Amino acid sequence: MENRQRQQKQDGSKAQEPATNPQGKGKPRLLLMGQRRSGKSSISSVVFHKLPPNETLYLESTARIQKDSLNSFMDFQVWDFPGQIDIFDNPNFAFDMDAIFGEVGALIWVIDAQDDYLEAVAKLNSTILHLQRSYPHIIIEVFIHKVDGLSDDYKLDIQRDVTIRIQDELSDQGLENASISFHLTSIYNHSIFEAFSKVIQKLIPRLGQLEAMLTSLCRTCRFDKAYLFDVNTKIYIATDSSPEDVASYEICSDYVDVIIDFTEVYGSWERGPGRRERLEQAPWPKKLDDQIGCDLAESGMVLSDAQRPIMLREVDRFLALVAIMKEGSYDKIPLINLNVDEVVKGLTEFFEITKHRETRLGGKDDPGEGQLAIGS
Amino acid sequence: MADTDVGAQPASMGLRKVKKQKVLLMGKSGSGKSSMRSIIFSNYLARDTRRLGATIDIDLSHVKFLGNLTLNLWDCGGQEAFMDNYLSQQRAHVFSNVGVLIYVFDIESRDSERDLFTYGNIVSALFQYSREAKIFVLIHKMDLIQPHLREPLFDERVALIRRKTLDAFNLVRKQPGNSDVASGGVTEADVEPQAFATSIWDQSLYKAWSSIIHDLIPNLSIIEHQLATLGAAIEAEEILLFERTSFLVVSKWTAPSAAAENPFGDRFERLSNVLKAWKHTCSKYTGTPRNSEQFSDFEYKAGANFSVFVTKFTTNTYIQVVLPPGEARFNAAKLNVGIARSWFKFLDGPSAPVGSGSGPAGE
Repeated sequence: MENRQRQQKQDGSKAQEPATNPQGKGKPRLLLMGQRRSGKSSISSVVFHKLPPNETLYLESTARIQKDSLNSFMDFQVWDFPGQIDIFDNPNFAFDMDAIFGEVGALIWVIDAQDDYLEAVAKLNSTILHLQRSYPHIIIEVFIHKVDGLSDDYKLDIQRDVTIRIQDELSDQGLENASISFHLTSIYNHSIFEAFSKVIQKLIPRLGQLEAMLTSLCRTCRFDKAYLFDVNTKIYIATDSSPEDVASYEICSDYVDVIIDFTEVYGSWERGPGRRERLEQAPWPKKLDDQIGCDLAESGMVLSDAQRPIMLREVDRFLALVAIMKEGSYDKIPLINLNVDEVVKGLTEFFEITKHRETRLGGKDDPGEGQLAIGS
Repeated sequence: MADTDVGAQPASMGLRKVKKQKVLLMGKSGSGKSSMRSIIFSNYLARDTRRLGATIDIDLSHVKFLGNLTLNLWDCGGQEAFMDNYLSQQRAHVFSNVGVLIYVFDIESRDSERDLFTYGNIVSALFQYSREAKIFVLIHKMDLIQPHLREPLFDERVALIRRKTLDAFNLVRKQPGNSDVASGGVTEADVEPQAFATSIWDQSLYKAWSSIIHDLIPNLSIIEHQLATLGAAIEAEEILLFERTSFLVVSKWTAPSAAAENPFGDRFERLSNVLKAWKHTCSKYTGTPRNSEQFSDFEYKAGANFSVFVTKFTTNTYIQVVLPPGEARFNAAKLNVGIARSWFKFLDGPSAPVGSGSGPAGE
């Protein structure tokens, strides 16, 4: 314990940590809730199962809690709740609140913006009230969903209206401090991934350190913007400190898609036997591992206009670093690669340390619940 | 200057002519003809096609494909009044000298009996005026059908269409005055339409159009031969040649040793789709027009697994080279591909001034 406190003191980013993840335990949980037909299952299928958005039309309505676990740099659990069940007021079955909310990282409440949302807002309000009493550490994220097809003005009007309704209700109850954020989302564009990125970033211990690493990389290598992507979900878990820019996120995220496709088509199957021996003969009679420059995937793309290159580097099984470079820096690639190598090393160490610490503390603090998380 | 296109010698005589092909695009109104045309040749996004209105009469466009092939694309409005008109007054005008007929069926159509009847009339007219034309049938809007129902439904429709085509063919053959159809050596097997299940929302569209285009490309054997030579020289695993704007696969070569290995049989249309989607992203990011060139170079080294690069090749093409891993191999291949550009100069067509444009001459 002492050790941990000391570590927190040294760490600049500690301020946000107690609020988000007080137990510092292993598997944060994301709960998806909202009215029925608001799009919860579609969201989790698109983001976590890569379902093409137009195929979500055929999804069946969710009848029971759908639990997914997401194995990535951090292990997440995603619970998709059926909209028709009110878990706080259910006459037939009393839910075990501790089992559901005890370990929650974030509650995502989905509101259908194309429908009458008053009832959804009322329900959200009562949910917030319940949660604030017993589980005040939960972050609440409101996704104002299905905003594709709505005009920009109208979107903002809805967002303002929803925000005011919820905050009025909360301040009536004396709960002005509840942490609630709002996102405008749609599964037909990048907004849903961006919203998830922001939610997940709140659950990452010591995000500040990650951001500092990326910021210094950007400064040294003259990058415009750098992202650390979770490759499977295309959620970015950290970026440098330069201003947010939707266009940069979109192009980087689509670049990850291109890489994923190429990897699957040419790299996901075994080549025939004897390939290695053949490749180690003349004209390059060296061990294959010495022939390659880097054993992690690396890639570069030069756009035609302004010659602005984009680069990607695999960090580990789950993460990739994607950066947009400044014009004309393509010639300096070897130098940039050296710097990127260092940062990748640093990132790897970072995740080793945080992962280690989480599991150790999780076991120490509360072994009972730790087991529960593994079993469920 | 003259010696710069030495590499194109083998066929330089036959290369100086632009080949024109008349392509008829037909089908019922609202079946998606103009949408697919816009996606393939004008770089529309699938969702942008909602903005397209109905085609009135015939929308003629000339699509330049590579340097020496021009497609005269006749996008024929499908409302019944127009259809009747094509079959009566404009019959000879529309159906003569056709290279390819692409007939689009809407899988969701309520009156498939009637669609089939119209199709019969159209192919009859085609057999009458252009008996050597190839027929492609696209069963379109497949995305609206639940995945497990798609295949049986497709097979059922195609069987009906096949029968209809043969009926029409035999009928035309029997008619007095048309006996030359039989003597022209065209048999039932030749008129067999090629059928594809398509949707604008996935790669199936690229598969269909790739095979349509494939048969039309002039000098295909030269392209294939030279790709194979290049591939063997740089020890590649696979080479794909894409057309610049549509990103349809013009030609492909896979190393004989690796030919049967890749389990992704659909990779060519898939990569067309991937790269085209990427082009869209770039165009959105840079604010440049959709049809302009978006990226010039892409390289990807996947550790000790494989390497690949896609780069601008000739004025009209991009080339994708898949290689075994290895830094030296990769760099050598990249240089060699640059040198090989001059072999493929002929892809830029007769009008391309000698010695201008792409890349260094191979010295």
